[in-house]
Amino acid sequence: MGVPIPTAPRLRSGPMRVLVLGYGNPGRRDDGLGPRLAEELSHMGLPGVDVDSAYQLQAEDAAAVADHDVVVFVDADVSCPDPFEMRPVLPAGEPRFSTHSLAPETVLSMAWKYLEAKPEAYVLAIRGEDFDGFGEGLSDRAQRNLSAALGFIEKFLEERASSCEKAST
Amino acid sequence: MSTTTTRKVVIEPVTRVEGHGKVTILLDEAGQVERARLHIVEFRGFERFIQGRPFWEMPVAVQRLCGICPVSHHLAAAKAMDRIVGGENLTPTAEKMRRLMHYGQMFQSHSLHFFHLASPDLLFGFGADPELRNVIAVAGKFPELGKQGIMMRKYGQEIIRMTAGKKIHGTGAIPGGINKNLTIAERDELLVELDQMKIWARAAVKIARDYTVDNLEMALGFGSFESSHMSIVRADGAMDLYDGGLRAITADGKTIFDHVDNQRYADYIAEEVKPWSYMKFPFIKSIGPENGWYRVGPLARVNACDFIDTPEAEAVRQEFMAVTDGKPNNVTLAYHWTRMIETLHAVEKIEELLHDPDLQGDDLVVKGERRNETVGIIEAPRGTLFHHYVVDDNDQVVMANLIVSTTSNNEPMNRAVEGVAKKYLSGREITEGLLNHVEVAIRAYDPCLSCATHALGQMPLVVDLVDASGALLDTRKRG
Repeated sequence: MGVPIPTAPRLRSGPMRVLVLGYGNPGRRDDGLGPRLAEELSHMGLPGVDVDSAYQLQAEDAAAVADHDVVVFVDADVSCPDPFEMRPVLPAGEPRFSTHSLAPETVLSMAWKYLEAKPEAYVLAIRGEDFDGFGEGLSDRAQRNLSAALGFIEKFLEERASSCEKAST
Repeated sequence: MSTTTTRKVVIEPVTRVEGHGKVTILLDEAGQVERARLHIVEFRGFERFIQGRPFWEMPVAVQRLCGICPVSHHLAAAKAMDRIVGGENLTPTAEKMRRLMHYGQMFQSHSLHFFHLASPDLLFGFGADPELRNVIAVAGKFPELGKQGIMMRKYGQEIIRMTAGKKIHGTGAIPGGINKNLTIAERDELLVELDQMKIWARAAVKIARDYTVDNLEMALGFGSFESSHMSIVRADGAMDLYDGGLRAITADGKTIFDHVDNQRYADYIAEEVKPWSYMKFPFIKSIGPENGWYRVGPLARVNACDFIDTPEAEAVRQEFMAVTDGKPNNVTLAYHWTRMIETLHAVEKIEELLHDPDLQGDDLVVKGERRNETVGIIEAPRGTLFHHYVVDDNDQVVMANLIVSTTSNNEPMNRAVEGVAKKYLSGREITEGLLNHVEVAIRAYDPCLSCATHALGQMPLVVDLVDASGALLDTRKRG
């Protein structure tokens, strides 16, 4: 469920900037896993880490992505293994029907192509099970998976910051 | 020898917005299109979900209906709840803050649709491979357009953040007013980029205008049809996206009703239920359910208003109306042009408001005589949005009825798809060309087909061809 911590040199000078962007609809049960992780993470006040949340990814998120060195998109997932899965994201196009929401790959691609920024990017997919009906709060399974994902992302961010410091000294 | 076989072409997006939807194209015995239906499986459950909740929660709670235009639901519910607390005569600061929020929403929503959803169709042609007809491909040929879309969307979102307090689940509008004003620092931050936004909005109007004029003959035959049009308008007939009386006109511009008090909408609009869709079908009562359907949204608003009260948008409105000699324009693809006229209007209004010192006022909330029933109506980016509530003496919502703009545009979208399908479908195969054209026709209305739940791993579009016995003849997936 983890990923190797990349050690590629950063393109910009100054302190590393990290963005954790949780997205989903908190009014649709486990679909709110992304915003919920963002909320919990923001309470930790990790240095150098910007935390944001949204119903769904949108074009303007490309601007926020372009302003950071490392980006972690956090979303609920209907089929990944419990409790979560972290995977790198590469830019890709995404033809869609009439939808107004974008995939992480598309947002990243827009940052690359329109804004000439190439941050490292990951998706943290947290397994949920209840996406039906309206209602707030997570299922027990999603709550357990959220706790595991929070522990992981906190450690990931610390290690990422540490590896960056070593690379710059 | 003829057979009784009827084939169905089903286009089924799995994402949920106001539910999830599919398109069914019904063929006759000769294999020709008989009719088309866009099914949007709206989750009426939301109206039940909010029953029993306290009324003051509504402006925040209803934002969970939709990830696309939560601000519209926020403001429609707030307008309704103003009347519950007797606070419908807002202070200047409260009304102008709400208007700024609303114009910010209109600006970002229309920009997103035009630059990132519609422009690939217009720039590359409807028949282009979808792999090459998307916002990423736009970057290859027209990089500045895509960047403008991002920055215009971001600008509108910043306005929302500053007026509503945060990007999602904003709490700016409350019953009887607003909970914050705009600081001088926030105002100045928004003023920095204002001129650039106006330049881009003007250029976008030109792109949409040139496209429509240059392709008018094609557009006239592309899913176009005569219809009634409805929107709210100001007392003097001006376009007003935040508040006004209901106006409906016929396809040739005759008045059906005008300046209707929002609280009496149910005397003029009714809703029909059909067995093949969960979605309700609103219609104008005086015309009846068969022919009383109407269009809403940018095209309807520009057709219905007498004028626009900002100079640049009014100038381009007049140019738009001249194409049809001042009569309503019934061309489906003209939605794009009118959407950009409204974008220009929105940024002009934003400029007007940012220079108004009332935004820094401290008188934020009013209250008056308590009521139990209320209606709030607003022009959302996609069209007229109705919120109707009954609240009991314990402050709990006991009835809610919402008519969202995509619902009003349901029958027009059916007509548009039917027209396109008749032109581009024959035989037993769902061609890429047919699918492309159906998409373009629906997309002109900018329907809300994608919020609520979007968890990773879901498929946005599936197309099936099924015969009368239920056997799958053909299927296509996209996304």
